[in-house]
Amino acid sequence: MTLIATIVPLQATVFGLVALGAAAVVLTRDPLRQIVVSGLYGLILVATFVVLQAPDVALSMLVVSTVAYPLVVLAAIARVRGGKSEQHEPEPDREEAGSP
Amino acid sequence: MSYLPYAVAVWIFLVGLCGVVTSRNLIHLALCLTVTQSSTYLMLLAVGYVNGGGAPIFKGVKLGTTAVDPVVQALSLTDIVVSVTVLALILALTLDVHEDAGTVDPDQIAEMQG
Amino acid sequence: MTRRTRIVIFAAAGLGLGALLGWSLAGIPHFGDYRGPYGYILNRIVVPERHTTNVVGATVFDVRGFDTMGEEFILFAAVMGVVLLLRGTSPRSEADEAVEWVGSDALRVVATLTVGAAVLVGLWLVAFGYVTPGGGFQGGVAVASGAALLYFAFTMRSFRPFADEQLMDPLEATGAGAFVVVGLAALVSGMHFLHNLFGPGTTGTLRSGGSIALVNWAVGLEVAAALLTLYSLFLREYVVPLARSRT
Repeated sequence: MTLIATIVPLQATVFGLVALGAAAVVLTRDPLRQIVVSGLYGLILVATFVVLQAPDVALSMLVVSTVAYPLVVLAAIARVRGGKSEQHEPEPDREEAGSP
Repeated sequence: MSYLPYAVAVWIFLVGLCGVVTSRNLIHLALCLTVTQSSTYLMLLAVGYVNGGGAPIFKGVKLGTTAVDPVVQALSLTDIVVSVTVLALILALTLDVHEDAGTVDPDQIAEMQG
Repeated sequence: MTRRTRIVIFAAAGLGLGALLGWSLAGIPHFGDYRGPYGYILNRIVVPERHTTNVVGATVFDVRGFDTMGEEFILFAAVMGVVLLLRGTSPRSEADEAVEWVGSDALRVVATLTVGAAVLVGLWLVAFGYVTPGGGFQGGVAVASGAALLYFAFTMRSFRPFADEQLMDPLEATGAGAFVVVGLAALVSGMHFLHNLFGPGTTGTLRSGGSIALVNWAVGLEVAAALLTLYSLFLREYVVPLARSRT
């Protein structure tokens, strides 16, 4: 049974978003911002896996990309910044609290 | 158009590798590696997709309805959880390098001596 | 090798790789045209034979159980590597003395409310892993993540029972070893390694699948303990420099 697939618009949208998301994660150079973008990319991947009829894989990606990845990466970032964390962290908080 | 998911998987793989090669920060490098890994999940699931198929779960669903391939899903889901520990290992190596060399820039880490 | 050399070499090699992969796309079946026999066979035989409605769960723990045993040991070895690398840098006693609270009130309230729910949902995912979507891997990560929220709700000291190496190491080893023990039990009783031991049970309930249930819980236990070890090591890496920089 050889069927030529007609890609449903939903699938095409999701695949396009995945391609954009991957480029966004790679192009974000600062690790602190990159982990946030990576969390969003993980959620896009969850939507992709659901569209591809794989609920187990979607559950796996969900629990991993929302908690496990950010926790280890943020701890590593904080450790790499080391003693400078006292000076650096208050400033981004102030400027992000002022912007919205 | 019917090769779209495979083309997207190839694109993500190359973009991730590009990020690894041009990275200036070892943590950024580790996250680009996870992007490359995600291309394999997409590829596997796209290979296993059956037209008009539902999820391979038959609770409340009549036996015999078309379902997608469960083998590739089994491979992907164990892989995703194992990749967390591999990322943790890479980050632990990064922290070790930071203790030794004082920097996480791959270009500035002095080569091994002796 | 300088950075510029590296990028030039990668550009050439990457273009070549991209061309090869693009050429290979021309020869594979279209998206959705699934040809391989195993998907159709498994969807047809797993439910009548093993009585588990989650075919993916049965594939992970029974049909391809040997593969999962290998993946489990990858996890085990990687966590062992992380423990060896991070052991000397932040002693646990220093982490336990750090008594600061996480700064944001909203985070503390949400974390307090979510800890119980996350752990319960994780346990449900593990328990019903072979009936509805879920399984040992997903549920194990969810339980560990729920327990890690204790650090954000309170201080490092309240996370300490889950970070205790004396407790987590035996649990992780039990989870990893139980898989092998179930397989060996099948060998001892005269069948091949990892043969499904008990009767299949009733379709769609918890009592189905035979030894899939045991192996599912073993994997859930191992993944949860491994991830809690990882979380405790990394949180210690976060807390100790903060405490040192404040003194």
